[in-house]
Amino acid sequence: MSTSGQHSRFAPDRGLTGRMVTTMFLIGLVYVGFTGLLIVLLRGAWPLIVLISGGLFVAQFWFSDKITERAMGAHEVTAEQYPQLHGTIDRLCALADMPKPRVAVAVNDMPNAFATGRKPEKSVVCVTTGLLRRLDPEELEGVLAHELSHVAHRDVAVMTIAGFLGVLAGAMTRIALYGGMMGGNRNSNDSNAAIAMIIIPLASMVVYALSFLLTRLLSRYRELAADRAAAQLTGRPSALASALTKVTGQIAAIPSKDLRQAQPYNAFYFAPALSARDAATQLFSTHPSLEQRLAQLAKISGELGH
Amino acid sequence: MGFLDALLGRSKPVKPDLDQLFGVPSAALTLEAAAGFRPTGLGSVCFAAVEGGAFAEVERQVRALLDADTPSGGVPVEASQDAYGYSWLLARHSPEQLPELVNDLHAVNSELEGNGFGPQLLCSLVGFRNEAGQPLALVYLYKRGAFYPFAPMPSGGEKRNSPLELQVRAMLGNDLRLEQDLSRWFPVWGAPGL
Repeated sequence: MSTSGQHSRFAPDRGLTGRMVTTMFLIGLVYVGFTGLLIVLLRGAWPLIVLISGGLFVAQFWFSDKITERAMGAHEVTAEQYPQLHGTIDRLCALADMPKPRVAVAVNDMPNAFATGRKPEKSVVCVTTGLLRRLDPEELEGVLAHELSHVAHRDVAVMTIAGFLGVLAGAMTRIALYGGMMGGNRNSNDSNAAIAMIIIPLASMVVYALSFLLTRLLSRYRELAADRAAAQLTGRPSALASALTKVTGQIAAIPSKDLRQAQPYNAFYFAPALSARDAATQLFSTHPSLEQRLAQLAKISGELGH
Repeated sequence: MGFLDALLGRSKPVKPDLDQLFGVPSAALTLEAAAGFRPTGLGSVCFAAVEGGAFAEVERQVRALLDADTPSGGVPVEASQDAYGYSWLLARHSPEQLPELVNDLHAVNSELEGNGFGPQLLCSLVGFRNEAGQPLALVYLYKRGAFYPFAPMPSGGEKRNSPLELQVRAMLGNDLRLEQDLSRWFPVWGAPGL
């Protein structure tokens, strides 16, 4: 049977793709610039620094599933323990033609979900008991489709690579400051070394700030892309929208101690534990605002209607 | 999904493979000869319903198409929704009319696909049963273009008769394209047509 001439119900969002490409390009540009600066200023010492931070990076990337799982107190569950959760993921994976990730549950009343793992075969999808308690089956499906889209888009790999620059810049600042103190006692007659000691921490700080803003921007675009893919997969953008309103609304009402605890893992979460209030906070946020996400889903829902 | 699509976060809906369904009648002969399983005449299609008027309209068309033979003695299709929110259409024929049943199932598929809802197709089921009352379904995964056997224990409860499923897999290797990855043989408890 011929499938030619068959139309898809889902229009691609070229604007989103374009913004994402631009952001990735800028991150790459900062990368190249910073690496060049390090090579010029550090001469012989740079391979060692790159090696150390590279090792950290590989470890973080390689064990991302285990690290996040352990940090969030998630444990893998069987189909007998959570038949509905497993069944929903089974069906979504069959719809999307992707391998089934491991399924984990974290005992935590804060409603949330995350996906982690460096590649689809190794990934874990985790939901909190608070999420399971609050959402309807259709809303849960929307949230799980969003997480599976993160897996399909390899967002852990993309965000780890994008975020590594920040880690490197942070490490450089510390090493340079430490090295400056140590070197001060011995031979300070090399003027080049003295300049390097001043420029490296300064440049590192600037690079850190830049890469921080850019990765947050990229993260927001990836979230929108995952929302979009989830809506296409389930065909029910409104169920996902409804889940979003429930989840973000609940988070605002939870005491701040838990929120601070959860903060480092925001990037991999379905909805961030801190709600952004205004434009300034939005700039530092890992997730787009609720209004922005709802607007996109409403648009897709409109496209599906006719 | 390609590298670029992953990098740009634009996963595309996967298109279904509809053609393999027509291998079911020959597989049914093998099943009966080798294991004593006969078709029940029940078959169903499962799809993820899309919100909005367009999909509801297509769903109406599909049902009208399948019920076209009702005045001449055909049994109307039964529509239902499962606990996961997926829609099922159950077609009934006599056990001998397996080719007609497969045609019905294919009509649902091509109608959905023709209207741009092909990616919503999840799976299709054709039911079998042996003398001892053991149910068996051949489940067709549209996105994989492959079948797998699903045999719940007749005693009830959510237990699979895995030895039987593996036996059927060994039996049908020549008749149908079978799903080799066992982790994709997801259970469809209580599915219409079992």
